[in-house]
Amino acid sequence: MYEGVVQDLIDELGQLPGVGPKGAQRIAFHLLTADPDDVRRLAATLIQVTEKVKFCRICGNVAENEECKVCRDTRRDPSVICVVEEPKDVAAIEKIREYRGRYHVLGGAISPIDGVGPDDLRIRELMTRLADGAVTEVILATDPNLEGEATATYLARLIKPLGVRVTRPASGLPVGGELEYADEVTLGRAFEGRRTLNV
Amino acid sequence: MSAACRPSAVRQNGIVGTYRDDGIVLRTQKLGEADRIITILSRRNGRIRAVAKGVRRTKSRFGARLEPFSHVDLMLYTGRSLDVITQAETVRGYGEPLVGDYPRYTAGTAMLETAERFTTIEKEPALRQFLLLVGGLRTLVDGGHEPRLVLDAFLLRSLAVAGYAPALEECAICGVRAPSDDDDDDDDPGPGPVGGGRGHWRRGSGLRTFGVAAGGLTCKSCHAPGAATAATGTIDLMVSLLRGDWEAADASERRHQVECSGLVAAYLQWHLEHSIRSLRHVEHA
Ligand SMILES: [Zn+2]
Ligand SMILES: [Zn+2]
Repeated sequence: MYEGVVQDLIDELGQLPGVGPKGAQRIAFHLLTADPDDVRRLAATLIQVTEKVKFCRICGNVAENEECKVCRDTRRDPSVICVVEEPKDVAAIEKIREYRGRYHVLGGAISPIDGVGPDDLRIRELMTRLADGAVTEVILATDPNLEGEATATYLARLIKPLGVRVTRPASGLPVGGELEYADEVTLGRAFEGRRTLNV
Repeated sequence: MSAACRPSAVRQNGIVGTYRDDGIVLRTQKLGEADRIITILSRRNGRIRAVAKGVRRTKSRFGARLEPFSHVDLMLYTGRSLDVITQAETVRGYGEPLVGDYPRYTAGTAMLETAERFTTIEKEPALRQFLLLVGGLRTLVDGGHEPRLVLDAFLLRSLAVAGYAPALEECAICGVRAPSDDDDDDDDPGPGPVGGGRGHWRRGSGLRTFGVAAGGLTCKSCHAPGAATAATGTIDLMVSLLRGDWEAADASERRHQVECSGLVAAYLQWHLEHSIRSLRHVEHA
């Protein structure tokens, strides 16, 4: 245990995903000995992020405005929507520079054991986007693990009756992992080789 | 599926602190950058929590073997706070056939959560609960019965294993036997015990009183606060599920199945003092 504000810092850092108690301590002492200007810049960025960054009202991706960069880009194909779990998955797919459609961020995956059901995700918003018939293909790019697969099954069953083609990235993505860890070549191949889901 | 279907009865003592067991993966939680904590209901060591390193990377050597619903044969070593998984071989993966069928998947998830709730103490052997779970998942995957019936059978039997089997053929309070369905039609109180006016059943109405707190059926003479009425068909279904009489269970009416699910869920929640979160998301197929 450390005194007052140092311990507060360690506790705050320890709340971050992927940071254990030891990591929190290491980061805290790094910040204490770092150039005060660097630390001030970090603090300012943190404040900016909380004030400036919002979620796109259309797709749920992170955005600096009402709508994200992808949704505002008129060159992007509005007939294809790629459904992902988190904004970081949008970033992973954008890195392969092959996908030219739009996105829809669910905000997670269906996980009944954690109390997360379909109503807790942005599924109603997705169905609203599909209502006018302009979208002809939905790519279900939820994580290639059990919860991602179950979420894809649920969505396919919901979307199919609308007459929209439902596909899922297939080849090369081994089950069990998370999309963000897939390398660009594998992810690119998975998108090319996407298969139509039959429910 | 791999070749490792051999029963792993031998505990390996070659390396200090290393042990082998097989079990069903109940739950996984993210840990740090790419690791997960895996909760397993094992054959010999009850519920274990262990770390799988690097498992979230798409190129992990564990692949999909440590996903929920996997029956795996494991090598572990005893760590200071959590054990660590060093090897995992698939015995049978129940997850893959389940994810493609949403009602079955949600029923299976409720089974995993229930198994975790019934094994409150880590590493306390729970062989009967383990065997029940394996049997339940097998029945669910085989697809011969309504997923909700398979789930309710599993829940009832888990309650029974824990010593909470509901009284379904006698009054939970005074113990007097309920009349069989055949003599339920007449309004004759029948040969109940003499004196005290106890042991009467509602007859002719096709209804029974089920007291969650009382522990099952209650007769007309025993007052059970908060007891609900249930159709005799519902109680018969519960008996069938508890006994494993699938022929009778499959033939049951849907309204009895729905009522049965409600009673079982309420009874389960009462005994666990906890709701099973997944139950809310289970669909009737
Ligand atoms: Zn957007
Ligand atoms: Zn009684």
